[in-house]
Amino acid sequence: MKDGFELIYERPASLTDTRMHYCPGCFHSTIHKLMMELVVEMDIQDKIIGVCPVGCSVFAYHYMDIDMQQAAHGRAAAVATGIKRILPDKIVFSYQGDGDLAAIGTAETLHACNRGENFTFIFINNGIYGMTGGQMAPTTLEGQKTSTSPYGRDAATAGMPMKMAEIVATFERVAYVERVSCNTPANTRKAKRAIKKSFEYQMEGLGTSFIEVASNCPSGWKCTPEESLRWLEEQVFPYYPLGMFKEPPKNR
Amino acid sequence: MKGNEALAEAAIRAGMQAYFGYPITPQSEVIEYLAQEKPKYDYTLIQAESELAAVNMIYGAAGAGGRVMATTSSPGFSLMQEGISYLVCAQIPAVFANIMRGGPGLGTIQPSQGDYFQAVKGGGHGDYHLIVLGPNSVQEMADHTTLAFELADKYRIPVMLLSDGATGQMMEKLTLPERSEYKPNKPWATTGKTEDRERNILTSLYIKPEDMEAVNLKLQEKFNTIVENEVRHEEYMMDDAEIVVTAFGLCSRIGKKAVDMGREQGLKMGLFRPITLWPFPAPQVEEIAGREQVKFFISIEMNAGQMLEDVKLAACGKKPVHFYGRMGGIVPTPQEVFDAIKEHV
Repeated sequence: MKDGFELIYERPASLTDTRMHYCPGCFHSTIHKLMMELVVEMDIQDKIIGVCPVGCSVFAYHYMDIDMQQAAHGRAAAVATGIKRILPDKIVFSYQGDGDLAAIGTAETLHACNRGENFTFIFINNGIYGMTGGQMAPTTLEGQKTSTSPYGRDAATAGMPMKMAEIVATFERVAYVERVSCNTPANTRKAKRAIKKSFEYQMEGLGTSFIEVASNCPSGWKCTPEESLRWLEEQVFPYYPLGMFKEPPKNR
Repeated sequence: MKGNEALAEAAIRAGMQAYFGYPITPQSEVIEYLAQEKPKYDYTLIQAESELAAVNMIYGAAGAGGRVMATTSSPGFSLMQEGISYLVCAQIPAVFANIMRGGPGLGTIQPSQGDYFQAVKGGGHGDYHLIVLGPNSVQEMADHTTLAFELADKYRIPVMLLSDGATGQMMEKLTLPERSEYKPNKPWATTGKTEDRERNILTSLYIKPEDMEAVNLKLQEKFNTIVENEVRHEEYMMDDAEIVVTAFGLCSRIGKKAVDMGREQGLKMGLFRPITLWPFPAPQVEEIAGREQVKFFISIEMNAGQMLEDVKLAACGKKPVHFYGRMGGIVPTPQEVFDAIKEHV
């Protein structure tokens, strides 16, 4: 209580007091905040180590007040594997976009999942290459216009958008797969719950957790933040449905 | 013991905590040996999905404070170059071995020294060097592995053994090093941020050119310290030598034989062998080039003349530097090397 006002919302202590470079309306900042809230709530600052990718979130270590490694493009899953193998009692996550995780790093992603590496993937799928200026991603929707698919993604030449959550859920040693979003307060709360569960499962040693965030990119999609939410609901969710794809058994 | 096995055993004894590799001839014995021995020790071993993945597992594991190693052969080492460039910039120590085979391309599985340039001039993108050791025996495959772990941690830099398929495959007697219990303190490693320190970040990204240049200057300072302190070489019959044979690794063994043949015929030949290929023993070569009795150098290599350039640079034009080499996985015989030397007499 100060001057008759009560503080009911503030920056989590694990998020540095740094102005973010993310565009207005982008979910990256929301996800960063959710993760750092969890670091405080779960009291795991000394237990958690993150891996930043190449892409918009390459500078995540400027904002997250935790130990972090910045990986080569696509190799975050291999880097996270290395960290976790040396420090098996720590909580390790890779934070990756769709170009990183599903294009240049597909092999590292799938093989880490196949080995059941005991870390969490935070996969930000916004269907576009944000940092390089809005080129087509492996997850770009069919018909979606980008700077390298100016007439819309043509499935005949570019293939269909890759459903990574569905793909990794087929691996036996993957413990937990959920697709979430941050388009509404309710979904944002669900996203936070999913990330929390993944950290808990990691501490239990259950295997790979994979949280896909159906995300937005107002700048890359060339629309307002509000319009980007509408695009998510009308175009993205029908192809990339939110929900649970794999969960550890209740009686374990 | 085979050279590759000696390397693997020495890594275990150096306290290696993790190995990441992908099978490739002629060095697969390393991962096979480590897989066989694994139940006795507590190191991590992953047969990675590719050399790309292996080098980045190295990045993560070494960045988390582990003593780690990856080995491969020529094409595999090309795949690792991007990751090694990142390791150098983020100042993460690790040990590598390239058991060279003939190239370019998929090449041959026979021994070669064709990756000398790649090893000593950087290899990946950006301004950097690795410390490069050139073992020439099974004993040195072990000894240099021990040394590589020490130097890597001392300077926070990747250190590599540049060997070849023959040295990796040959069997010789050796004395293995004692098992080291040394656990270097790594306050920079990402082990989880505690309240008594700032967060540790391992990165090679510096968007502002001024920052990037400052990082480069710091790296160059480190490279200069290494040049001043870590040059190693070996001389054989050099005191009165008029003909100086320069060779590294396997070729130094062949060159030594050729020197013996020469001495038998009254030719005053000697062998100069760089042990550290980077830093190259340039001051030593320059001093020798200045000796009055020295008539010429001849570099013997299993490539088209790569170390030759460093010998020439070091000799500063004071004496001629000739070359004899074979390529494509062919190991020259002492006789043909000797004949090649005699042509210049």
